[in-house]
Amino acid sequence: MQEFLQYFFSGITNGAIYAVIAIGFSMLYNSTELINFAHGEFVMLGSMCMITFVGAMHLPLVPAIALSIACVTAAGLIFERLAIRTVKNPEHIVLIIITVGASIFLRGVGMIIWGKDAFSIPPFSSHPPLDIGGARLLAQSLWIIVIFLLIAVGLQVFYKKTLTGKAMEANAISKRAAWIVGIPSRLMVTLAFGLSAAMGGVAGVIIAPVTMCSYDMGTMIGLKGFCAAMLGGLGSLWGALIGGFLLGILEAFGVGFVSSGLKDATAFLLLLFILYVRPGGIISAVDVKRF
Amino acid sequence: MTITTKRTAIWIITLVFACLLIASPALSETAKAPYKIGGIFAVTGPSSMLGDPEKKSMELAIEQINAAGGIDGHLLEAVIYDTEGDPSKAVMGASKLISKDNVMAIIGPSLTPTTLAVMPMVQKAQIPFISCAAGNKIVQPIDPWVFKTAQSDISAVAAIYDTLKAKNIKKISIITVANAFGESGKEQLEAQAAAYGLTIASAETFGATDTDMTAQLTKIRQDKPEAIVCWGTNPGPAVLAKNIQQLGLNIPLYQSHGVASPKFIELAGSAADGVMLPTGKILVTDLLPDTDPQKKALAAYAADYKKKFDTPVSGFGGYAYDAVNILAGAMKGADGDKEKIRAGIENTKNHVGISGVFNFSPTDHNGLGQDAFVMVKIVNGKWELLK
Repeated sequence: MQEFLQYFFSGITNGAIYAVIAIGFSMLYNSTELINFAHGEFVMLGSMCMITFVGAMHLPLVPAIALSIACVTAAGLIFERLAIRTVKNPEHIVLIIITVGASIFLRGVGMIIWGKDAFSIPPFSSHPPLDIGGARLLAQSLWIIVIFLLIAVGLQVFYKKTLTGKAMEANAISKRAAWIVGIPSRLMVTLAFGLSAAMGGVAGVIIAPVTMCSYDMGTMIGLKGFCAAMLGGLGSLWGALIGGFLLGILEAFGVGFVSSGLKDATAFLLLLFILYVRPGGIISAVDVKRF
Repeated sequence: MTITTKRTAIWIITLVFACLLIASPALSETAKAPYKIGGIFAVTGPSSMLGDPEKKSMELAIEQINAAGGIDGHLLEAVIYDTEGDPSKAVMGASKLISKDNVMAIIGPSLTPTTLAVMPMVQKAQIPFISCAAGNKIVQPIDPWVFKTAQSDISAVAAIYDTLKAKNIKKISIITVANAFGESGKEQLEAQAAAYGLTIASAETFGATDTDMTAQLTKIRQDKPEAIVCWGTNPGPAVLAKNIQQLGLNIPLYQSHGVASPKFIELAGSAADGVMLPTGKILVTDLLPDTDPQKKALAAYAADYKKKFDTPVSGFGGYAYDAVNILAGAMKGADGDKEKIRAGIENTKNHVGISGVFNFSPTDHNGLGQDAFVMVKIVNGKWELLK
């Protein structure tokens, strides 16, 4: 039982991280039908900004978090303005290749700014790990889960209650119809880019204390987040949440009960299986209204 | 024109050509073309902590050799490519060195997987090759053209197991990184366990960029080992050390020489305290007794390195530094003949290097003994000699 709980804790911590990244993928896909392969790099930027603000400049935690997320959001907006909006012939394949290029570019920039070494920062609070039924739950895991819940609730409120959120949703359902009723669709796309990058930034900020951050950390974690988004159903908020947690928990149990050698394989085997059985993901955007 | 004069003319022309043919090598001899040495290191990428100091050390060694007049009057010239730790890029770099740059010998790559990928190519090209990677598979079975300067996994495992035996530990768990470095370590850990009376209760693995290893540790905890031996290079082992601290496991942790650098202490923070690991002597130069044969060489290398690059020295650069110096020794008098250089490396004896005292032979292409390692313990973020 103790082991089971420990695997579960490990799984939900990773799951929450995957879910936040998956939300970023889904959010952008919803508004633009674009898969942003540079999303993992936004996570990296978030982590590395935290390293700079906390590790090097010794800012207090809250301003450091706010600044890091702001920086990543700004990077996302600049990326949209310079690399996406200026494309003359915005076909999907062209845009996706641009995001792949952007990911390589951002990794290079990260290497120039922060160098090639790995860094780490102390956890948000130095509370000792909680002992629950013999299993240890880290204080940072609690932080991750709490921040994740805040985001989930916040996004739900944003999309359902605010005018901007509703406009974004309308734009996602039908760009043309939204445009006819006077919603500035271009602005909505920009907003989606900013929000998606911010999600990447949040993911980067919360994982900075639990892992070792380096300029090339974004690729694998971005891939896992993409996996989670596909699992749950691309374009669906709840799908991203379910996909993220499912992936995290199954990975942990896979390590615990099968073999640690299969950890990364679990994610991709699961993805293959789900895509075979339910090509649209668990919550398919076709079955359910998007978001 | 008579037949005789015609014949004389042919003779003269033949003579002139013959003279030219003989003279041409002599002509280039006076110019003393530089000897080119190739280097392929993981200068960037996740293993840059190995490749970057190796590249710098190679440059330092070549600068020192050139300042002393080069080899038989020839200056050395380094051609260095970055592998980013990627085997396919390493192969590309090696093929460029061999076919385009026409180098005389190759030093590097930094990692076991990249080395293994490059090996078939150097065997085919018959070019002296000194790897800076630790994996034992590189020199076993022995290939005439392949050497390595990094301490072998065999001696590293032996150093750890000696300590375990002295502490009367019988049951251990091992956790290794899922790449060639970890595989090679795992093989040695499992092969030598019986000889030291150890049983391996569980053998886990982790991915090189994993962010969390509590699941593996939870599994290990069930087996109640008396010690955990982790085999990997940063950052994975630092995550593991942190997770052990967070889970409150009270089991001594032994790491491999793969994390023997100040970076590990920086990454793992307070979790590094109490960790024991085998390391080359460079890390603890100041702590060595004055009678140690390497102390002088180590201190000189550390000082030169710090002066040139303004960064503290790490153990990994020494692999390339030794490789260049051993190669330079073998190149003396070889006149650029690759087979002679190869034989020269193989006959190098008592070379006091950074990683140890090298004694190569046709049956030993690493040349280091177990004395190349010392066991250290991290106490309050500082290294301390064990024993």
